[in-house]
Amino acid sequence: MIRSPIVNFLHHLAMWAIAFLMIVPFLWIVSSSLKKPEEVFQEDAQLIPGEIVWSNYTRAFETMPVLLYSRNTVLITFLCIVGYLTSGSMVAFAFARLRWPGRDVCFVLLLATMMLPPQVTIVPLFVIFRHLGWIDTYYPLIVPSYLTGWPFFIFLLRQFFLSIPVDLGDAAKVDGASHFQVYSRIVLPLSKPALAVVAVFAFLLHWNDFFGPLIFLTQESKFTLALGLAVFSGNHPNEWGILMAVSILMLIPTVVVFFFCQRYFVEGITLTGLKQ
Amino acid sequence: MKLGKFLQRQAYDKEALAGYLFASPWIIGFVVFSLVPIALSFYYSFCRYDVLRPPMWVGLENYKTLFFDSPTFYHSIYNTLFFTVFRVPLVVVGSLLLAMLVTRERPGVRVVRTLYYLPSIVSGVALSVIWMWMYNPKYGLVNQLLASMGVPTPNLPEWLGSPKWSKTAIVLMGLWSIGGGRMIVFIAGLSSVPRHLYETAAIDGAGWWAQFRHVTLPQISSVLFLLTIVEIIGSFQVFTEAFIMTRGGPLNSTLFYNLDLYNKAFLDYEMGLASAMAWLLFAATLLITLFLFKVVGGRIYYEAAKPQ
Repeated sequence: MIRSPIVNFLHHLAMWAIAFLMIVPFLWIVSSSLKKPEEVFQEDAQLIPGEIVWSNYTRAFETMPVLLYSRNTVLITFLCIVGYLTSGSMVAFAFARLRWPGRDVCFVLLLATMMLPPQVTIVPLFVIFRHLGWIDTYYPLIVPSYLTGWPFFIFLLRQFFLSIPVDLGDAAKVDGASHFQVYSRIVLPLSKPALAVVAVFAFLLHWNDFFGPLIFLTQESKFTLALGLAVFSGNHPNEWGILMAVSILMLIPTVVVFFFCQRYFVEGITLTGLKQ
Repeated sequence: MKLGKFLQRQAYDKEALAGYLFASPWIIGFVVFSLVPIALSFYYSFCRYDVLRPPMWVGLENYKTLFFDSPTFYHSIYNTLFFTVFRVPLVVVGSLLLAMLVTRERPGVRVVRTLYYLPSIVSGVALSVIWMWMYNPKYGLVNQLLASMGVPTPNLPEWLGSPKWSKTAIVLMGLWSIGGGRMIVFIAGLSSVPRHLYETAAIDGAGWWAQFRHVTLPQISSVLFLLTIVEIIGSFQVFTEAFIMTRGGPLNSTLFYNLDLYNKAFLDYEMGLASAMAWLLFAATLLITLFLFKVVGGRIYYEAAKPQ
């Protein structure tokens, strides 16, 4: 397609103008978090603070146990990622590389659970976890990830495992390798990109998870960052400087992961086979 | 011969055993976290149940209460449909347009794609808190921008504080996140459209609109269709934004279906009523998905189905 210079120019203009619009809210919240309170509440607000102060951040740490919440969130997120990577990859291996009676039916059931609204299961899960004495512990948030609570990840890993040549495993089996050795020595090492995709998505999922902690945690000392921020915003609805500071603190790890793992975001989406 | 078959048989049994062992986390998880809860939820929906006392069978009582005797049920359905009807086209078309801007390689396009994607990693609570501040009627960025464009102060919307604007506010903030996964999928779809189709169309004198309408659109129709369905299902489940920003208010104007369900389950401890609501949502989701596949699905162009 040959396009005239004017069309080309307009295209560039639109592209960058929208990019700017997308970034403005980031600039605005960073700027709000660095302003003095009297400047936050100013009717003709400036994007650049008149004077940069860090008091919103120091006050955030004083009024909210940010470090404790961060520690809790890191713990839960880390354990969940380990769960998805270990059990998820094993299950995906069973679906992609092993033949067992009932496999195809199970795979259809797995796809069906991907479409099940979480609301259908939340009430019974609450009841079950309550009977187990798991309310206000991290078990309801962590254990499901070891029992492949997020079927999408299995689907994603299975798609990737299917693309690894079967011959590699067969050759190893002739040499006497067990199924577990094929899984751990051949399939896993070749699947690092797919495992990275799962780790990145699982990180985002649990770092930002709100519904789970909201339902299953009650003691404030056990809160995650998302739940802590939600409760804080309910109790201090007008502390915009602090609220923006905490939001930014919560965003920083996700932005860092995004910039370092950018290609996995794209790969993860194309892995699902949506790309024709 | 017999020995060979025996060995084959044994290898097969061994593989099947390994299969079950490897799949066991999913099998256990499926039974404990999906199958049993689904059955229980269905059972609870016919019971009065407040968690403290054992469930008591009441037949269709919960469903009757919802349809004939619940002040919020229809209201929450209306709110959710409003949200879905406006959000889905806005977000799907929006992300398609974004993708079209940045599909072709040109200077700076990679940076722009990253900038488009960035807002979509902000989600849940942080997203809601940030937009509460953006929508602040007096000091928020949205109204400050509107004011600087010459909208007189009395005409500035109260956004989340006004029953008239609250739903629209939650719909519009979705525009900030349109550059995420959806855009990537569209880019993948758009770049897989064969170049020669455009060239042929251009030779036949097709302008940009005709090219879009008769080449691009059919080629990406399967992606478009799938994303629309995913988006509808997602919109039916809107929860966190309303929970954090408005608690369903003002005047129940943002009381979405899931928020109503949450209130019934975890504020009123009406687990039976909440389970009935969950099942109705599940049924509605399933019916709409099936309906769309039946009515629209047949007109979708699939590359794989193309005659060779």
